[in-house]
Amino acid sequence: MYSAKVMDHFTNPRNVGEIPDADGVGTEGNPTCGDVMQIFIKVKDDRIVDIKFKTFGCGAAIAVSSMITEMAKGKTIDEALTISKESVANELEGLPPQKMHCSNLGADALKKAIEDYRSRNK
Amino acid sequence: MRKRYFDHVATNPLDSRVFEAMMPYFTEDFGNPLSLYGLGTKAKEAIENARLQVALLINSKSSEIIFTSSGAEANNFAFRGIALARQNEGKHVIVSKMEHHSILNSARFLEKMGFAVTFLPVDKYGTVDPDTVKKSITKETTLISIIHASSEVGTIEPIKEIGRIAKEKGIVFHTDAVAAAGNIPVDVKELGVDLLSMAAHQFYGPKGAGALYVREGMRIVPLIYGGIQESGRRAGTENVPAIVGMGKAAELAKDEMADRVGQAKKLRDKLINGVSGIENVYLTGHPENRLPAHASFTVEFIEGEAMLLLLAAKGIYAASGSACSSKALKASPVLLSMGVPSNLAQGSIVFTLGKDNTEEDIDYLLSEFPQVIKRLREMSPYAKGWGMKGEGGECTVQK
Repeated sequence: MYSAKVMDHFTNPRNVGEIPDADGVGTEGNPTCGDVMQIFIKVKDDRIVDIKFKTFGCGAAIAVSSMITEMAKGKTIDEALTISKESVANELEGLPPQKMHCSNLGADALKKAIEDYRSRNK
Repeated sequence: MRKRYFDHVATNPLDSRVFEAMMPYFTEDFGNPLSLYGLGTKAKEAIENARLQVALLINSKSSEIIFTSSGAEANNFAFRGIALARQNEGKHVIVSKMEHHSILNSARFLEKMGFAVTFLPVDKYGTVDPDTVKKSITKETTLISIIHASSEVGTIEPIKEIGRIAKEKGIVFHTDAVAAAGNIPVDVKELGVDLLSMAAHQFYGPKGAGALYVREGMRIVPLIYGGIQESGRRAGTENVPAIVGMGKAAELAKDEMADRVGQAKKLRDKLINGVSGIENVYLTGHPENRLPAHASFTVEFIEGEAMLLLLAAKGIYAASGSACSSKALKASPVLLSMGVPSNLAQGSIVFTLGKDNTEEDIDYLLSEFPQVIKRLREMSPYAKGWGMKGEGGECTVQK
């Protein structure tokens, strides 16, 4: 059902955890209907220097979370905002069609974390 | 890695003794049971022998058994066959919210045809209250169909009590015994049912073989029209090897019932006791009145599909009723109808044991499962509780 890449990120997820003094936190999803992702970012000179996630959800949701943290780490805020659901799915060598919408919440959670960072630094 | 199979409600492996009994009917004794020469009569005899074996399993007469292709077909046949046969007497049928899709979707089909359907609520254990059945009966009611035992939560329903009510009111009573027949003693006379569905692969028989018990004298409209097979009630050239397999599996289930039930209960209780020691894990279904091989839980703060994948990586095979693990992406309607909150239903996991499971299998499961839970909880934003900033606190769990 899942690609080898999805299984790799699910069984060995990267960047799991929380950042207690995060500069931005974003949460997306709802546990009553599916998956929930929480992304924590640490920003320095407009660049994401650290990123961690906590996720409630299926194998795809955890793999998506892990992958997006790898993709965003080291990027500038503007670069990170260009990460889309499709690009995350592509990096994971595809997701089952039924998982594209309910489990592919990483890009939205990351956007929310960046919005949170920006609103704190106005 | 050794496979530890705990998903016997999904299907069972074929018993090698059943396989052996089936073998000659594929290549040697391949005749059509309707043919008049030796090959045909041999196949016909084999079917009638299997019919008797299945009848003995549920204490019916041979003539009351109709072979079908599956439990789902038996359910469709019973449900539509009775509702349509009696539609001049009334157009109201009663089912419970615990039913399998093959009953629920048949009920929805009847709704479209202009029937009224009552979907009975259940209590927190998934038990149907016979009193609510009684109260739902109207002058229009012609059929009641209640599942014998739930494959999702293991709860055994009060079929005997409901049977008594149905008889009193002159209403036909069907039970979907797919998860029960062959796994617990089932006696159609004692239960007082008019129709009963079963499937061979639930008791070590082959897939593609099911049966419907139809009490003598019942009028029923066929699902499949055609030739005179199954006394004209189910057309199509018989799947002789599968029917023979179902008969043999029924015979073995009857002979070995006491041993199998005893062994299953022992292992199941060990499993339940072990898993109940893990924090924030709850048994679903009735604590006592449940299938002997059935252990089902909800695990808080994590999701079922993720558990299944990590367990499978350890060679442990189980099932879940979570939204993410279902093809329809909907949490189990059975759990929701029992009042399990939908976020908790996401953490559903179901272990169903079989005759070949050992105590060592349970020990292995009990050593691996807590680690899987721990690992996923470490990733979960809810590990310290369901409430989370920005969620408005709507996710509180009622215990």
